[in-house]
Amino acid sequence: MSEQLFDLVVRSLWISGTALLLALTWSLPLSLLLGLKKFRGRKILISAFNSLLGIPTVALGLTLYLLFSHAGPLGFLGILYTPVAIIIGQALLITPIIVSLLTSAIESVDPNLKDLAKTLGASERQASLAILGEAKKGGILAGVAAFNRAISELGIALMVGGNLAGATRVMSTEIARGVTTGEMALSIQLTIILLLIVFGLTVLVNLAGKD
Amino acid sequence: MNVIMELKKVTREYEGKSALCGINLKIKHGEVFSLIGPNGAGKTTLLRIMAFLDKPTNGKIIYKGKEAWGPNLTKYRKKVTMVFQRPLFFNSTVFDNIAYGLKLRGYSSEEIEQKVDNVLRLVKMEDFQERSIKKISGGEQQRVAMARAIALNPELLLLDEPTANLDPANTKLIEKIIKKISKITTVVVATHNLFQAKRLSDRIGCLLSGRLIDVGNTRDIFSRPRDERTKKFVRGEFF
Ligand SMILES: Nc1ncnc2c1ncn2[C@@H]1O[C@H](COP(=O)(O)OP(=O)(O)O)[C@@H](O)[C@H]1O
Ligand SMILES: [Mg+2]
Repeated sequence: MSEQLFDLVVRSLWISGTALLLALTWSLPLSLLLGLKKFRGRKILISAFNSLLGIPTVALGLTLYLLFSHAGPLGFLGILYTPVAIIIGQALLITPIIVSLLTSAIESVDPNLKDLAKTLGASERQASLAILGEAKKGGILAGVAAFNRAISELGIALMVGGNLAGATRVMSTEIARGVTTGEMALSIQLTIILLLIVFGLTVLVNLAGKD
Repeated sequence: MNVIMELKKVTREYEGKSALCGINLKIKHGEVFSLIGPNGAGKTTLLRIMAFLDKPTNGKIIYKGKEAWGPNLTKYRKKVTMVFQRPLFFNSTVFDNIAYGLKLRGYSSEEIEQKVDNVLRLVKMEDFQERSIKKISGGEQQRVAMARAIALNPELLLLDEPTANLDPANTKLIEKIIKKISKITTVVVATHNLFQAKRLSDRIGCLLSGRLIDVGNTRDIFSRPRDERTKKFVRGEFF
């Protein structure tokens, strides 16, 4: 692998990895809320997230482009065509995946375990975390699915990243560029690496999750 | 003898239906108290309130002289532990299940290993540490649930029908364990097994349709029950 190619892969990994971490900061509490608390509008919220699962990346990309562009309401941030824009976009893209999968994983844990945790001395928060721990298999799967979706998407990275060499160029945008400029070998090479990452991660997690 | 927990006019309603009605009860420090009554009498409901898991609809709980049910219930839950009728477990090993509450209390890993070891020896399961909780029998699970509670060294241990689904051998073993730990902690046992109540307890309370109809020393409850219904009760007519 050439040094350039290596940098590209590493950039893709950290951008999508950061997007995953960012998405988790709000998706974890949101999933706990949806999975554990009974409140009005809960069902509607859950189905809203479910229907957002298949949101087209171009739609999200375009929306964010309009927001982040110079004339847009968030243009003052100056993040268009930076990795930050891609990270935010991918984090939003994968939020419904994490929330949907994690909520259903949490829902499938016996709710009485919360009482168990409490009678063993857990606070409300610790009891919730215990439930989250019981849902960890589903949670890890949700994380992997989300990461894979982030690293594979093209629309957002292209529209708010701009495929700038050495800055916002990631695997998916480079694969697309390679095809349009006729650099087939490069595109194929990158696609194979992307597939290896995506499948490798899934296999790894499945092996680790066996008990 | 001083009182560890006192319930004052405790009631509990489920969707407007009364499950407990005006319960006044003092649990004395160091005793074994049996709560007897037929299915649906409200034993579980009462124990859950005593365990600070459910809030009474009305009434007060006095724990060691102080009214409980403030914002800081965790403090009380660390002193009172309940073993549920249908034992619940984290999907993990025997060791992890017992260690959970100990970790919450901030013990070091050496202390935790030591405590898990001791308590598993008490329930005669010293070789079960690394076994998956899913792969042991119902009787063994009940013993782990007991061990897990005992490891926390609770001031008050609440046992909800600890032998309801067990064979005679396991029942005998559990009763032995209860006898042993009753020397170091206060125990409240809910049971619909009269003979068990007789074997284990210093005092007995009879619960019927959410009302505590009689409370007394075990011998008195059986030999000269004050309440007509208790008389029928100990003759086995409600069961
Ligand atoms: N979560 C609940 N929701 C509605 N009713 C309940 C609930 N738990 C218990 N009850 C009712 O309260 C009464 C007492 O139940 P319980 O405390 O479980 O009795 P016991 O443990 O003595 O068998 C029963 O009539 C039962 O149907
Ligand atoms: Mg019960």
